[in-house]
Amino acid sequence: MNPAILSKLEILAESAKYDVSCASSGVTRSRTAGGIGNTSGWGICHSFTEDGRCVSLLKIMLTNHCIYDCAYCVNRRSNDVRRAAFTVDELVDLTIGFYRRNYIEGLFLSSGVINNPDYTMERLVRVARELRLKHRFNGYIHLKSIPGASELLVQEAGMYADRLSVNIEIANEQNLKLLAPEKDHASVFKPMEYIQQGMLENQELRKNAPKLRKFAPAGQSTQMIIGATDESDKTILQTSDMLYTKPGMKRVYYSGYIPVNTSDQRLPALKQPPLIRENRLYQADWLMRFYGFNVDEIVDDRYPNLDLEVDPKLSWALRHPQHFPVDVNTADYAMLLRIPGVGVKSAKTILMARRFSRLRSDDLKKIGVVMKKAKYFITCLELPFMTVHETSPEYVRKVLTEKKVSRKTVPPGQLTLFFPE
Amino acid sequence: MIVFQYDQSFEGLLSCVFDAFVLKRFPDKLISLDEPEPLFTEFNHTVISSRDKRDRLWKALEKKVDRNTLNMIGYAWLSELPGTDETIFRYLRKTFESQQSIATNFADDDVLKLRQLAQKVSKEKHRMIEFVRFQKTADEVYFAPIDPDHNVIPLIVTHFRNRFADQEWIIYDTRRNYGMHHQNRKLTEVRFENNDLFPEGKVAEQLLAENELIYRQLWKKYFKAITIHERINQQLHRQHLPRRYWKYLTEKER
Repeated sequence: MNPAILSKLEILAESAKYDVSCASSGVTRSRTAGGIGNTSGWGICHSFTEDGRCVSLLKIMLTNHCIYDCAYCVNRRSNDVRRAAFTVDELVDLTIGFYRRNYIEGLFLSSGVINNPDYTMERLVRVARELRLKHRFNGYIHLKSIPGASELLVQEAGMYADRLSVNIEIANEQNLKLLAPEKDHASVFKPMEYIQQGMLENQELRKNAPKLRKFAPAGQSTQMIIGATDESDKTILQTSDMLYTKPGMKRVYYSGYIPVNTSDQRLPALKQPPLIRENRLYQADWLMRFYGFNVDEIVDDRYPNLDLEVDPKLSWALRHPQHFPVDVNTADYAMLLRIPGVGVKSAKTILMARRFSRLRSDDLKKIGVVMKKAKYFITCLELPFMTVHETSPEYVRKVLTEKKVSRKTVPPGQLTLFFPE
Repeated sequence: MIVFQYDQSFEGLLSCVFDAFVLKRFPDKLISLDEPEPLFTEFNHTVISSRDKRDRLWKALEKKVDRNTLNMIGYAWLSELPGTDETIFRYLRKTFESQQSIATNFADDDVLKLRQLAQKVSKEKHRMIEFVRFQKTADEVYFAPIDPDHNVIPLIVTHFRNRFADQEWIIYDTRRNYGMHHQNRKLTEVRFENNDLFPEGKVAEQLLAENELIYRQLWKKYFKAITIHERINQQLHRQHLPRRYWKYLTEKER
């Protein structure tokens, strides 16, 4: 094996790491005779890096050479970074070698733009084609669709890839143009539409030819950078909401901006990437997808930004105390889900368990409800003790956000008997 | 106190339940055959495991509960945690004595406990599917040592059998000292008399395939390169990748 591959891998993995997506879920494919591997349906993380993120796919770039000069990107043309490029064979061997050792679920391939979008896209597709047709690889393949690539290439990519993605990057078009003069929203939404079109056409075709390969069976995803520009959470979440209404859009990822290009005047000087805000956005995203919340309930004109101190569900509950307390022994599923401290799992467990006996707060705790939060918003078999009405939303917020005094801050040894003067 | 002694096998446990219903006496404690009987034992019964009792009880159980519960009982048993047998015993007793299904009565301690045990094992099963790392040897066998808390090999082999159908592989539990060998779609149990061939889980270098060390190095390099240093979060890292599994993880080798 070529020893240069080691440094290539290092350079190209480092260039790819800012892409958040690493999911390998959404498609079940059984093994085929003479083929390699299968796909399990639920994602499998094979490792976790020291930043706590899952490593499921070999996330890598074909090359980090790029003709564009986007301010937020580490691989932009004007940056002085080491550049490298894989050949198709090298990448295919690497993927299969890793896969057979159970290191990965498959490949997540993206690329800097070389020559023109079509040229780049064609090379990405070639890797996927080699893997699928020559090596009969059944693992997961996620391909980046290059903005500006032609419809024909996107169509072909969808025949080999499980998931396709195009990154919006910035929710507001003006801001995108400011940071990435060569891009606009049209160049992002066009390939998204191609993917949707491909999926719909494929669905029609499969009615008559059920054995036809599925087009991008795991749908598409996209990503937005948070904190590089001045969008409010409202703009961001409304954009996500709009994206989720499109068929096949499985995930919108949020990526807290990490100052990779510190000298650029157009970007804010951040000491820390906005990790808490990113986390709150994901929580809000979950509320929209799994908890039946409407985007207007989470953010509106009065509260355009998410509360950093408390999670969006608790924040909603504190702003709407009139819906509480909820009786866990009678409330319906939708309302159970709205109680802070009750998740999808515990809501379902409550529904099952309360058919046998009425639940006490003790039972709720054992079931897995976070009583620390939930106790202010529920009644169960016991009489309500201190709900949000007996106290006040302000009080609940204060109690729940108070910093715990860590034991380490208390000096060891005998406490002094005398009060300081 | 009523005590049953049995041989600590699953068959034995089901025979205990069988005997209890025959004798109409239900034990407060289940102990192994060589364990001394506790103080104040008023009734001691030694259970003789038999396939017949097991089959009859299992058949009765299949009529009473759904597939999911049967699986849960199996998973819980594989946890090998102390007290699991008594939990399963009480669960089965309640199941047989109750008119309707108790499967979702989570306010009952044993029902909840059984589910939690099954979840624990299921979680580790997942982790082992994730964290198995094969080492390719010169004779094209992919070898992976594991050291799980619960006995999960029976639960994970199907996954690997389907995924790596064209490979010859061995997954070996170094704690329980047995493993599964897969070749040409056939699984056989293996047991190595001495572990000298793979000290600390590492196959001796002269036995490895030609590119194996390079692949290992590539994977370690990749694992380092993909980390975003501005976002380091060791707590989260260890939460997902607990230290007790690092032993056999290629990327965590020093």
